[in-house]
Amino acid sequence: MRYILCADFGSTYTKLTAIDMQDLRTLGTSAAYTTVQTNILDGYANALDKLEKDIGRLDYDKRLAASSAAGGLKMIAVGLVPRLTSNAAKLAASSAGAKLIATYSYDLSDAELAEIFDYKPDMILLSGGIDGGNKDVILNNAEKIARIECSFPVVVAGNKSAADEVARILESGGKEAVITENVMPELNKLNIESAKAAIRELFIRRIIDAKGLAEANAMMSLEIIPTPLAVFNACEALSDFGTLTAVDVGGATTDVYSMADGLPENSAVIEKGLREPFAKRSIEGDLGVRYSIDSLIKEAGIERIAAASGASPEDVIEHSRKCAQDTSAVFPPGSTDAKIDNALAGECVRISMNRHAGRLETVYTNMGEVQIQTGKDLTKTKYLFGTGGSVINSDAPEDIMAKALYSKADYDILKPENPKIIIDRNNILTAMGLLTRVDKKSALSIMKKELMNKEDM
Amino acid sequence: MQASTVVLGVIGADVHAVGNKILDFAFTNAGFTVINLGVMVSQEEFIEAAIESDAAAILVSSLYGHGDIDCRGLREKCQEAGIGDIRLYVGGNLVVGKADFTQVEKTFKNMGFDRVYPPSADLDEEIAEIKSDLGIG
Repeated sequence: MRYILCADFGSTYTKLTAIDMQDLRTLGTSAAYTTVQTNILDGYANALDKLEKDIGRLDYDKRLAASSAAGGLKMIAVGLVPRLTSNAAKLAASSAGAKLIATYSYDLSDAELAEIFDYKPDMILLSGGIDGGNKDVILNNAEKIARIECSFPVVVAGNKSAADEVARILESGGKEAVITENVMPELNKLNIESAKAAIRELFIRRIIDAKGLAEANAMMSLEIIPTPLAVFNACEALSDFGTLTAVDVGGATTDVYSMADGLPENSAVIEKGLREPFAKRSIEGDLGVRYSIDSLIKEAGIERIAAASGASPEDVIEHSRKCAQDTSAVFPPGSTDAKIDNALAGECVRISMNRHAGRLETVYTNMGEVQIQTGKDLTKTKYLFGTGGSVINSDAPEDIMAKALYSKADYDILKPENPKIIIDRNNILTAMGLLTRVDKKSALSIMKKELMNKEDM
Repeated sequence: MQASTVVLGVIGADVHAVGNKILDFAFTNAGFTVINLGVMVSQEEFIEAAIESDAAAILVSSLYGHGDIDCRGLREKCQEAGIGDIRLYVGGNLVVGKADFTQVEKTFKNMGFDRVYPPSADLDEEIAEIKSDLGIG
């Protein structure tokens, strides 16, 4: 095996990366507009033309692809209690590479059902009740979901004692139901691998076709996977070098990945709530520098962005108007708009990391001070990776990523204290994640050479 | 409702772990499915666990003397959460000092607890009573 071609069908660009498996290096990359309206392969052909102009025509032994085109894998997670099975369902869908658009708890209301109808999800993950626990809510929700007039498949990952009936109810409403293991079989015990596998299988069998990717899929050596899953796989492989967090800032969402057990650094700390998985992904649908710019500015505060960029609040408003008009807008380095873009990306990083990392709370008891940890302690993670257009194309990517670090202002949030910051400058993370599917060792060697400086290892 | 499922924990800022382990062991041996939340458990955690597990009872322990303040409002919160009929049991060193137990029992029953146990309670009798309350043999 000499050459491998990796494709990433993005929402805006189709990106190609050519890899030399003998010399263990990337040979070149190219990008062209994604052509989801006509034929996705038009954009692919355009990108390939560009690549060939750069590195010449090569005989590829394998072609691999990921896709987030046509909205990505749009999923909704449904559970019972927000902090318990709803959260478990959310973690399962996220780690499968879904674009999670909503999470619901308890009995679904008519308003929520109308929302689900409007979202037109590609798939729903339905959980609720630990094994042998509550059955009523998942059964009721199955009845309600069965009546929604959309044809999406449902992954049933709740109380095993209710699973068969839940599947029957869904099927009677014309929905395909796939039963998997409960995402939370025992209280506060997470079990997401089975649900993750079912999501992947459904993506291959039903979603690729529905997204107009069938023809592209037929050209590939392995089935197309969701782009975030490729990044997830790359991060999982990179954890061979040490614990890490990674932030992917996009136009619509910001994704955070952490590869660390996240257990308390201090043995006197009491853990509370769900113990999160070693490999965790979270996705923030309200944080993005283009499509989600309005919700981002609302969350961060216009004054904060103005202060960080040295621009006036009016400039920020003007910038958001420009970005909303042209979601593929790129601004010249050093311009006010570019500075605002940097500040916006920094806020995506800061807020998404605040939501992803665990918290440490000090409680005063008559036995003295006690510290309680919920979520993952990421303070000692060794590496912090930055990727996504607005990070890697910025003139100050390290400054943007520094917003992910532990800060005294958020003293109770267990964010990385002193990681080595690494920027995915050549945008190889997705391609490397794809490569891990055929040859993890080579992918690691290439990442070691091209992403990380050897002396830091 | 799962008649033999109970949620167990030490309420409030109380870190006494030994009694909790003994209760977990004894109730598990007696045939219960025990959802043990450990120490420093908030009212919300008890309720959330009871909802997901469809438990028949919540067993609250308190050893550090602040049980009164920690347990207030638990019944009302259960009612708000839709599990108002759940059995609530409490036991331990519930108030500071040597208070008269009949008075303590009255206080906690007024709060909505079904049974109240002093530190000297016999575990076997306690389990037998709870089993009969829940209608299991």
